[in-house]
Amino acid sequence: MIPPRREAVSGRGVMAPFEAFGRLALVALEFHGRCVALLGLTIRGLFRRPFDGRAIATQVVRVGVEGLPVVLLTAVFTGAVLALQTYTGFQRFHAEAWVGSVVSLSMLRELAPVLTGLMVAGRSGSAMAAEIGSMRVTEQIDALVALATDPVQYLFVPRVLAGIIVLPMLVVLANAFGILGGYLVAVRLLGANPVVYMENSFQFLDLNDLWSGLIKAAAFGLLITLIGCQQGFDTRGGAEGVGRSTTAAVVLGSLAILVSDFFLTKVLF
Amino acid sequence: MIGLMAPDEGTVEVEGENFWAASLSRRDEMRRRFGMSFQEGALFDSMNVGENIAFALKRHTRMTPAEVRDRVSECLALVRLEGIEEKKPSELSGGMRRRVGFARAIALKPEILLFDEPTTGLDPITTDALARVMIRLRDRLNPTMVTITHDLKVAFAVAERVALLDAGKIQADLPPAEFEASDDPRVAAFVRGDAGEEAGDRREEVPE
Repeated sequence: MIPPRREAVSGRGVMAPFEAFGRLALVALEFHGRCVALLGLTIRGLFRRPFDGRAIATQVVRVGVEGLPVVLLTAVFTGAVLALQTYTGFQRFHAEAWVGSVVSLSMLRELAPVLTGLMVAGRSGSAMAAEIGSMRVTEQIDALVALATDPVQYLFVPRVLAGIIVLPMLVVLANAFGILGGYLVAVRLLGANPVVYMENSFQFLDLNDLWSGLIKAAAFGLLITLIGCQQGFDTRGGAEGVGRSTTAAVVLGSLAILVSDFFLTKVLF
Repeated sequence: MIGLMAPDEGTVEVEGENFWAASLSRRDEMRRRFGMSFQEGALFDSMNVGENIAFALKRHTRMTPAEVRDRVSECLALVRLEGIEEKKPSELSGGMRRRVGFARAIALKPEILLFDEPTTGLDPITTDALARVMIRLRDRLNPTMVTITHDLKVAFAVAERVALLDAGKIQADLPPAEFEASDDPRVAAFVRGDAGEEAGDRREEVPE
């Protein structure tokens, strides 16, 4: 908990910005601490009985199958826009032939994982926070404890596991649809030769490009679901609190994706 | 009392065993001997009534699906709500939700039953009906029952002993008849429902 503001130190004037910064730092530290602690409990819950396969399947369907249309639509249009933009730039130095390579490389390594992650954070991270948050404020989580059930194991494990499993799968499909979007624009709108374009798309691709995207996706899946569950689990203050948790799940989930993306790219190349 | 919150000081003992000093799995074993009913029922709204009551049976026993089904309808019969297994909690009235909460609490045949404000926010008739259900459970299952309530009618109807908790301390702990007739000023004021002359002007202390 954040210690209550003590009147004696409560600064005015000069001290106020430092104090605001300090409080912000405390909130940030507390959030990270909670996430790490709950991740530990989740991992422990994974190895304790009972192992609930059906709950995992339910979450896989909710995050993956129901999220599929949004993810694919995002991927198609991202690929299409990317082809348009690269073409505009590349034709200035007569490199139109390489549009396909840029689209497929960018999709695999960067855009498919990040955009899929952001969409899932908006769709599923928020839903998890809202659902678990409502359970918190209506004492359903207390009821779980009273029924001798570890709430972190019961609520977190299926969701976090589903996130780690599903995100890479969604990203594979997003890769395909992104490349398809780029292909349609290049061939149909810009008059590129279909065979040459396809060849160009795959010519410079390395298996590592695919893997680095999939590893990122799994990491994002973990972050989104963990943060969504954490925000719901730590909800306080009734209906308003549920609203706040839902917002925070999307904002913090998206930030976590963008920040960790940089470091993952740095490590994975 | 069922270990939702760790005590700031002192210890909680279940039949002589220190609850918070025990390991996690030991604590859950102890919890299985408890049944707890929550203020608004706290039913899992993603499940129907039958699944709510069967929750602990499926997780903590090796009963077959048929045995679970029998036990669920047995519990529902005990709270006089036969045949509503398929309903969702959102389709039930407040009184019915509490009864389903009772049924879920007794599914594992607990030795100790806890009720948190079982009748708060209900009309007098429903309150009386719930009190009768509680008496039924008391007589049929014979558990140790602890009820937190501020409805004295319920307390006097159900309890063998009534205690008054005020300012963090047990102020009185008496059989109902003696409690009602007590001349301890706090108890008497509570029984009469009398907050005192200047109560309207008194500032309520906001708890931390």
